[in-house]
Amino acid sequence: MDLFELTIHELHEKLKKREVSSVEATKATLARIEAVEPKVNAFITVTTDEALKAAEEADKRIASGNIDILTGIPVALKDIFLTKGIRTTCASKILDNFVPPYDATSWLKLKERGAVLLGKLNQDEFAMGSSCESSAFGPTKNPWNPDCIPGGSSGGSAAAIAAQEAVATLGTDTGGSIRQPASHCGCVGLKPTYGRVSRYGVIAYASSLDQVGPMTRDVTDCAIMLGAVAGYDPLDSTSVNMPVPDYTKALIPDVKGLKIGLPKEYYIEGLDPDVKKALDLAIETYRGLGAEFVDISLPHTDYAVATYYLIATAEASSNLARYDGVRFGHRTSEPGNLIETYSRSRDEGFGAEVKRRIMLGTYALSSGYYDAYYIKAQKVRTLIMNDFLKAFETVDAILTPVAPTPAFRIGEKSSDPLQMYLSDIFTIPVNMAGTCGISVPAGMSASGLPIGLQLIGKPFGEETIIRAAYAFEQATEWHKRKAAL
Amino acid sequence: MKFQPVIGLEVHVQLLTNTKIFCGCSTKFGASPNSQTCPVCLGMPGALPVLNRKVVEYAILAGLATNCAIAPRSVFARKNYFYPDLPKGYQISQFELPICIGGHLDIEGEWGTKRIGITRIHMEEDAGKLVHSDIPGMGSGSGVDLNRACTPLLEVVSEPDIRSADEAVAYLKKLHQIVVYLGICDGNMEEGSFRCDANVSVMPVGADKFGTRAEIKNVNSFKFVKQAIEYEIERQIELIEDGGKVVQETRLFNPDSGATRSMRGKEEAHDYRYFPDPDLVPLVISTDWVEEVQGSLPELPEAKFKRYQEELGLPAYDAEVLTADRQLAEYFEACVTAGSPAKAAANWVMGEITRKLNEEGKAIAACPVTPQLLTALLALIEKGTISGKIAKTVFDEMWATGKEPAAIVEEKGLVQVSDTGEIEKIIDEIMAANMGQVEEFRGGKEKVFGFFVGQVMRASKGKANPAVVNEMLLKKLKG
Repeated sequence: MDLFELTIHELHEKLKKREVSSVEATKATLARIEAVEPKVNAFITVTTDEALKAAEEADKRIASGNIDILTGIPVALKDIFLTKGIRTTCASKILDNFVPPYDATSWLKLKERGAVLLGKLNQDEFAMGSSCESSAFGPTKNPWNPDCIPGGSSGGSAAAIAAQEAVATLGTDTGGSIRQPASHCGCVGLKPTYGRVSRYGVIAYASSLDQVGPMTRDVTDCAIMLGAVAGYDPLDSTSVNMPVPDYTKALIPDVKGLKIGLPKEYYIEGLDPDVKKALDLAIETYRGLGAEFVDISLPHTDYAVATYYLIATAEASSNLARYDGVRFGHRTSEPGNLIETYSRSRDEGFGAEVKRRIMLGTYALSSGYYDAYYIKAQKVRTLIMNDFLKAFETVDAILTPVAPTPAFRIGEKSSDPLQMYLSDIFTIPVNMAGTCGISVPAGMSASGLPIGLQLIGKPFGEETIIRAAYAFEQATEWHKRKAAL
Repeated sequence: MKFQPVIGLEVHVQLLTNTKIFCGCSTKFGASPNSQTCPVCLGMPGALPVLNRKVVEYAILAGLATNCAIAPRSVFARKNYFYPDLPKGYQISQFELPICIGGHLDIEGEWGTKRIGITRIHMEEDAGKLVHSDIPGMGSGSGVDLNRACTPLLEVVSEPDIRSADEAVAYLKKLHQIVVYLGICDGNMEEGSFRCDANVSVMPVGADKFGTRAEIKNVNSFKFVKQAIEYEIERQIELIEDGGKVVQETRLFNPDSGATRSMRGKEEAHDYRYFPDPDLVPLVISTDWVEEVQGSLPELPEAKFKRYQEELGLPAYDAEVLTADRQLAEYFEACVTAGSPAKAAANWVMGEITRKLNEEGKAIAACPVTPQLLTALLALIEKGTISGKIAKTVFDEMWATGKEPAAIVEEKGLVQVSDTGEIEKIIDEIMAANMGQVEEFRGGKEKVFGFFVGQVMRASKGKANPAVVNEMLLKKLKG
């Protein structure tokens, strides 16, 4: 097996035994990136020099006996994480030249443990999209089929795992942006409970929904990465001051007696037959492992997408106001007066989808519409949250599809934003409820595209869904399949 | 037709915290541009605000001191608008749920005592500052200095209960005194630490509906507040009398002309698109916290004023002068605590001490004569060791050297002479040398008495006890 194909825990064992060095693993992965990037376009920036330097440091650390599970592991970050001294674009022209003066807390935590940064990954511009097509740096291709999208917005983070261009990556999930691309690329992606991971230094899209999470080759790596980034951050007022459990202790292949809810609103007509088949098989697998299934209802599911596109866009319209060409980022070369400087810089800097969402959000917050849209959406959000809390009175986890279809073709939905928005129908409610969800490989479509299943947990119930995902993974072979590039 | 002005004030109070409201940067005034900034107050991507606990304490103090209720739950909101001095493109403020609600202040004046309602007090961050023309190292142009960005402010919003410019000034002065007393604001109006916008409208006397109001900005002294409001009242009355209509607008006061001019009309008014800031959790204030802050609330000027009269027996005038400034009042109280008689201490604090402080441009905090030393001096007068007149000489010496009064008296031989024998000797000598004047006195010209007192005091170098001198001299002169 090539070095770039390994998981964190596999590579860690080799590093610990000094069978390989971090420099070797890093070089192998950098070579892999060079080989496959023309086909995948997962990276916006590859940090070769910094990576090799960090790998050397890691090797010294390992030689001194001070090895951590992440020491020397080559990782990559969605280009939404601020990296000190390394260009961070959020896949937008408006931040094309932005070099941050500080590190995101989540990246800093990985760095301090000796992880090696390979580069910054492609995504939808400002994390607004489900296909990675809205990037100002061109779309990322699905490693399983380059004509298809990798999912989004963390499409580069998922594709880099599937194409073996990084051992593990971080993404962010506002409405499904970790879970949906993980499902489309056949990797594991976990969106933690809101407040579990610091948002400091992560470029904000919709502050009340954004959450950082890991994207990995298997559930074990997912548990390792989550444990590394989770925890209270005094720099993020919305991060929760709760002890971080050792998530690897939840890696027990045992779901006997686990009560899993099947929400009728998620098993709908029109669900892609391959997706349905994968879900049915997964249910059978779980039954075989001793899990119990309970039919449940999440009655406000239908309103989730509409509610999301009011709340997320309202917050985005305000969050993106700072990109005004005054202090950093793109400024028009023809500034004219102040208003023209603003409008031209923003017009030139933002792509169509970002503009659409800023317009939508500005409208939702405007005087005379605020009550009818934003306030009402917040009320519906509470109802959606209550749906989940009620369901969790009787079940330990909820099993659903991640997306209604496997990865669609590039360009297929780009002219129809509403169709695109609906591809997040099963992931958005989890963000609205502020709880956690994981996507695990659970099948392949007839045309050879991966299909994931989603396990939704109680708020701060990450251990339960990790255990359930691990049990499924151990009982199946889906995660072992590799994209043939 | 007679008109009734209706005025409401919005006051911005800059808080005296060491660090900014949402980050750890210093709030010190006058540092070089952008030297007191960080990712948070620069509005960098990914940066998040964290509320400064001290700001909340100061807001609670202000609320308690102005008789407000402290909201158990309040919420920060974003006020969205674009301007180069506003790095995030929104200001974090409070909107629907402010920290303090429903207070009042009582103001005194020719109208007697009047209660002015306070609608609310909320916390917010200040914006940065634009610097136009020459910028060091940049040449001419406009620059942005974000040192002030994220500095904590309280906005105190009054009810439209104010009916004249004088009432407005009285209200402002009272509020100013309170925030300075609380130690939460330096009160410097020139530097903008305490600034005011006035909402002014007029209506016919007896009307039950307020007229259309104009908001006047940029009034940064008590004098300008009076001028601006008086000008605006007159402008609106004239406009109406000439058949015109007041329009709702924002007007700018020009201190040079004393006039206000239109800045922007209602149709140009911003839609700020306020919404709760998702980066900050709702602020929950327990009753324990409020009680803790209540415990640290100093005695306010109004209560002191009353107590000085009722418990210390001071006249209203003294009580007012002493309570006008918290440090002065504390100095005075320290004297009383150290054993000074209240009235004597009041006289000295308002007299000699204030005179010397003014002469040297010093604040009471820098007074070299401590309350203990002043009390020791007053005790020497009381005991008759020195006269009130000598005391002033001793005081000047204490001011210059910081020495104990007793030591100075001893060193300089200033002990008052009450020994009748010694005084009698001096009197005899003076009388012998001035027989002509003695005759005049005995001939009924009693005014000459003052001449003898002066001579005796001079001969004793001021040390003779004036009471003894008076008594003996009278006896001797009358023969």
